[in-house]
Amino acid sequence: MIEDLDGNAIGGMLLEVFGTEMTAAIGTCRNCGTTGPVAGLAVYLRGPGTVVRCPVCNFVLMVFVRQHEVTCVDLMGLAALG
Amino acid sequence: MAGTAVRGRLTWQVATVGAVKDETPEVRTIRLDVPLWAGHRAGQHLDVRLTADDGYRAEREYSIASAPGEPVAITVERLPDGEVSPYLTEELRPGDELELRGPIGSWFVWEPADGGPLLLLAGGSGIVPLRAILRYRERTGSTVPVRLFYSSRSWPDVIYRDELEQPAAGVEVIHTLTRRQPPGWTGYARRVDAQMLAEVAWPADQAPLAYVCGPTSFVEAVATGLVGLGYPAQRVKTERFGATGGTR
Amino acid sequence: MSHVSRGFHGRRRAAPEGRVPPGQYVTEDFPVLSAGPTPHTPLSRNSFSIQGGSEPKSWTWDEFRALPTEDITTDIHCVTRWSKLDTMWQGVSVDTLLDLVEHDAAYALAFSDGGYTTNLPVEDLTGGRAWVAFNYDGDSLPAEHGGPARLLVPHLYFWKSAKWVRGLRLMDTDEPGFWETYGYHMYGDPWREQRYAGD
Repeated sequence: MIEDLDGNAIGGMLLEVFGTEMTAAIGTCRNCGTTGPVAGLAVYLRGPGTVVRCPVCNFVLMVFVRQHEVTCVDLMGLAALG
Repeated sequence: MAGTAVRGRLTWQVATVGAVKDETPEVRTIRLDVPLWAGHRAGQHLDVRLTADDGYRAEREYSIASAPGEPVAITVERLPDGEVSPYLTEELRPGDELELRGPIGSWFVWEPADGGPLLLLAGGSGIVPLRAILRYRERTGSTVPVRLFYSSRSWPDVIYRDELEQPAAGVEVIHTLTRRQPPGWTGYARRVDAQMLAEVAWPADQAPLAYVCGPTSFVEAVATGLVGLGYPAQRVKTERFGATGGTR
Repeated sequence: MSHVSRGFHGRRRAAPEGRVPPGQYVTEDFPVLSAGPTPHTPLSRNSFSIQGGSEPKSWTWDEFRALPTEDITTDIHCVTRWSKLDTMWQGVSVDTLLDLVEHDAAYALAFSDGGYTTNLPVEDLTGGRAWVAFNYDGDSLPAEHGGPARLLVPHLYFWKSAKWVRGLRLMDTDEPGFWETYGYHMYGDPWREQRYAGD
C-alpha cells in the first residue's frame, strides 16, 4: 500500500523546516476547507519528494523536496496553517 | 533559548546501545545511552540514522518505549523485507553506536494534565508509544482511569506481555488475539470491529481521550468506529505506522 | 566525518562495472514510490488518449490491448538513487500509438489518474525508447506499481515513467509536470545526473 502514513511521520522534517513542532498545528485545506492537525494529514514520503494531502479531498497541501542538503517547501495548498 | 532547544533536538547525535531485550521472536527493545538527551514526552518518537561504510544512509523513526524520566528505549519490530529493522533486531549489540535525533512529536503525546478517562488502542507494534503513556501515568501517580485495548496476532506476539499482565491500579487491559489463541482463551479472538469497540470504549458522554496507534488499516477502522460512537474527532488522536505495522 | 554503523549494509548489491549511472545503488526490491493514493479505475472506464494532434485519438482498454506488443528487458533508475537491473515488461511501443496521430509537436505532457503529470520531448517517446507497459515480470502490472498501465521510459529517471497513465498531451513548448514544478529537472538524464533543475 502507498497511502500509509500521517503527519506524525514527518515530525522531524517539519521541525527542521519550520524550526518548531508542527504536528499539532492546525491546517486548512484550500480546496475543501477541511481543518485538522497536521498529524492527521495524508503523507506520501517514499518518492522524489514528500507530498502531504488533505485526508478528505486529496488536494496537495504541502510538498517538500530535498535538494543537495536543503529542503524546499511549497505550502500553496494550505489556506491556513497555525 | 527556544532556538537552542530545537537545534538540540534536530542535531544528530551518537547514542550507545546499553542493553537489548527480545520482547517476542520479532520484536526487540533497545535501551540507549544518549549523552545529550533533554528529556521527552510520552508518545513522542525519535529518528534513527544508519550509515554504511560507503556512505549509504537509511533513516527511520521509532516511538520511544520508555516514560519521561526513564532511560531512553525504543522497541523495534523486524519487518520481513525490512532494510533497517533486521539490522536493529538481529545485528546491533550492546556497545554499538547509532545516530539519533529527537524527541519529536507534539500531537500524539499525553500529560497527566490532559486527563481522561483514557482509551488506548494498539494494533501490533502500535503498543509502543501507548506503553510509554502507561508508564508515565504510573510514574506521576496519575489516577486517570485507563482502558488499553490491544490487538495482536497471537499470545506470543504480545509485546510487554509480563508488564501488561500486572497493570497498575486503574488500568484495565483488554486483548484480542486475531490469528491464534492459547487453549482456554476466553477473550476476543477476532480483528477489531464496531461491536468490539462498542463493548470496550468508554461511553462518549464521559468525555474520554483516545489514542490509536498501529497499522494504518487498524487505525482507520478504530478511529472511524470511535467517531461513530460519538467521540469528537479532536478527542481521537491517531498515529499510523504504515501498512505493515512498522515504519519500514 | 559521518558516523558509520558497524555491520550495516542495507539491502543493496554491487553493480557490474559501468552498468549503473553515477550516484545510484542497485536494489533487488522494487520500491513503491508515490505522490498520492493509488487510483483504481475499472478497466471498463480506462482509456489512453493522445491530445494536441490534428485530431484527438483515444483507445479503450480493449482497443489498447489489441495493439501489437513488445517484451522489454531494461534497467530502471530512480532519482531517489536506487537502480533495478534487467526488469522485464510487456507493453505497447509509444511509436505504435503516435504513428496513428498526425502532429508536429516537439513536447508532450503525460497525464495520469490521480492528477500526476510529467513532461518529455517527443523525441524521447519515440525511436523505440518508450512504451505504455501493462505487464511486469510476467504478470499484470500491480496497481501499486502503476497498473493497469504506466508509461515506461527507462533511459530517463523513473519519475518520467508515469504510473496510471491515461494519455499524452502534445505541446509546442516544454511545460513542467508535477515533480518538475517542484524543482526536478525538466529532462532527467540519469547518465548526466540531471536530478534537479540547474543540474
